[in-house]
Amino acid sequence: MEKVILIRYGEIHLKGQNRPYFERVLLNNIKRALKDISGVKVLKAQGRFYVENYSDEAAVVDALTRVFGIVSISPAYKLDKDFDTITQYAQMIMKDFIANSQKDVLTFKVESRRADKKFPMDSMTISRELGGRLLRQFPELKVDVHNPDMVLNVEVREYTYIYHEMIPCAGGMPVGTNGKAALLLSGGIDSPVAGWMIAKRGVALTAVHFHSFPYTSDRSKEKVIELARILTRYCGSIRLHVVPFTRIQQELYEKCPDEQLTILMRRSMMKIAQEVAKREGAAALITGESIGQVASQTVDSLVVTNAAVAMPVFRPLIGFDKIDIMNIASNIGTYETSILPYEDCCTVFTPRHPATHPRLEKIIKSEQLIDEEVLIKEALENIEVIEL
Amino acid sequence: MKQIYLDYAATTPVVPEVVDAVTDCLKNDFGNPSSMHRLGIQAEKRIKEAKNHISSLLKTSPDEIIFTSGGTEANNMAILGTAYDKKRSGMHCITTAIEHPSVLQAFKHLEKQGFEVTYLTVDKNGIISLDELKANLRRDTILISIMHVNNETGSIQPIHEIGALLEGLERKPVFHVDGIQAFGKVPLFPDRWGIDLLSMSGHKIHAPKGVGALYKRKDVRIQPILFGGNQQGGLRSGTENIPGIVGMGEGAKWVAQKLADDSSYLKRLKDKLIKGIQEALLNAVINGSVGESAPHILNVGFPGLKGEILLHALEEEGVYVSTGSACSSRERKLSHVLKAMGLDNRTAEGSIRISISYLTTTEEIDEFIPTLVRAVSRIERFTRR
Repeated sequence: MEKVILIRYGEIHLKGQNRPYFERVLLNNIKRALKDISGVKVLKAQGRFYVENYSDEAAVVDALTRVFGIVSISPAYKLDKDFDTITQYAQMIMKDFIANSQKDVLTFKVESRRADKKFPMDSMTISRELGGRLLRQFPELKVDVHNPDMVLNVEVREYTYIYHEMIPCAGGMPVGTNGKAALLLSGGIDSPVAGWMIAKRGVALTAVHFHSFPYTSDRSKEKVIELARILTRYCGSIRLHVVPFTRIQQELYEKCPDEQLTILMRRSMMKIAQEVAKREGAAALITGESIGQVASQTVDSLVVTNAAVAMPVFRPLIGFDKIDIMNIASNIGTYETSILPYEDCCTVFTPRHPATHPRLEKIIKSEQLIDEEVLIKEALENIEVIEL
Repeated sequence: MKQIYLDYAATTPVVPEVVDAVTDCLKNDFGNPSSMHRLGIQAEKRIKEAKNHISSLLKTSPDEIIFTSGGTEANNMAILGTAYDKKRSGMHCITTAIEHPSVLQAFKHLEKQGFEVTYLTVDKNGIISLDELKANLRRDTILISIMHVNNETGSIQPIHEIGALLEGLERKPVFHVDGIQAFGKVPLFPDRWGIDLLSMSGHKIHAPKGVGALYKRKDVRIQPILFGGNQQGGLRSGTENIPGIVGMGEGAKWVAQKLADDSSYLKRLKDKLIKGIQEALLNAVINGSVGESAPHILNVGFPGLKGEILLHALEEEGVYVSTGSACSSRERKLSHVLKAMGLDNRTAEGSIRISISYLTTTEEIDEFIPTLVRAVSRIERFTRR
């Protein structure tokens, strides 16, 4: 007997010819997610993976629930193909289940699959026989094939696997199978969620953060590093680019109309992020924008911001309400860090009455008031790279 | 980049003399002072030496020193310990609006338990009025807690006069003084001044963090706030932090020596600092009194600027100061001390605290002034239009 965890992956079944590639990437991602768990082995067999040889099951389960591409997992017993052994473990599992249940009467069913046709009992017989033995031993059990409290699964393959838990995982696609994109990561609630959503579709991330020292402190930078680090638990390593942004803000502030400052700043950020993306081999940008959330996210403002770059910009939160974004942030573990109060002193550069319906021609004219090309080049040259 | 540390009121570096004493203790005296064998006795001796260093600076008896985990515990112990001991005689306490949070929050805790607390106001210099104190004294007043040197502005309360005033009372309340910023920097003689309880901290006098002390006059009774093996006369249970205590003793010895060598050193540096700032930065406002102020703390306001931005701009040039008001785009947190002094919001928001020590040099002050001027003018250019 050995305890194993059975891993199911869904969507990548659909990928036909590419399937071996997707499987290989997922396998690598699983191995990386488990790299801190000593001795652990990941094996591939018949459209699924098995994790074996671990002592801390909770840690393995926790790590696997964050790997994109996994649909669900089940902690299982790996047994010899012997019906008495199977019965013995089925009884053990059932005994635990009953002990942890509040109900007086419990319903169950046995679901069997026989992949190894050499096994003498067919799946119907296994289910019927095993169900019968369990009913005889535990008087509090009743069979319910439609809506049971517990489904006991028995799979007879090269070994027999027996389990009853099915833990839902993140789903999505293996990170790295859909290219790379650059995430504009602020210290707020939205951008980490946006990055997480795109990574979930198999996209590897590189991150860009704009730092305005002395208007924002090193504590706020540490907060962004921490957010990026939380994202790495889902999508593997992230290279975080911290861009010094103070000079550009100061120039804009001195030379451009007050009400346009935010939109001008957003456009500069997009242009810089696009350059970083090119260097990093990323084909698109990701932002946490959501329509109407702030003045710079009205449809008119988004149109002007969008026009700053040629690269596609992914905005997965565009139609989300704040509360929905906050819920995802809580679930993925970024919320608590995002709301830390190391807010910036950037109010200096925030217009009192920001333009909510900017016109592109006017904004482009304002941009010509500063030496943008030189400033952007300077910012790019002074990027601090943090490998996470 | 050369660094200039001007945030000694936040914490101080441990000086080599103290490092040596602590290291020696860690290496050689690991005994538990409660042990009956000679290793215990050896450790106990080290505590006595430390008490001697502290009490000789305060001109008190060494038996009147209790060691704690720091200033916060000393303040909590003094306030809660007195209140719990005296609550049958009355439940009224007096303190000031400008105390450190470890005092204010202890009183908030007492208020929840039915105590009544009067918070004295301060004038624009950050000083309380003796008349207001007198007017608030009641038959059921059991405790008066007033800080000596304010941590944000350096303003000095008339502790000596308060002590004298209380001595004349028929029912004298317990007089606690938070001396954390004062100890080792300004004259402070609890026994002569009628102070019953006095809080001190190690890391403000070049000793390590995690150690502090409470002076308790012999005839004053307090209840313990920690319970256990009845160490330190049952007032502070818990095995003594011998290396910390040795460090604090050595720190006290070190500052005592500095005071003896040149008692006006800090004062001269601060005068130079004030003069330099006033000459170079015409719109700078010195917060609090220039005269009745500690020689190592200076609070300066730059109306219209944000103190936090100035702090980071100085940080960029390797200069470290602090600010009482935190700037945040969500909420503005103004210093309760500056507010109590009646400072307008613009000045309070634009204030920084510069604090020096015996380690500060004239050259550092000379270098600091132009750095400050540069930082201020850089930020002024980008102040809200």
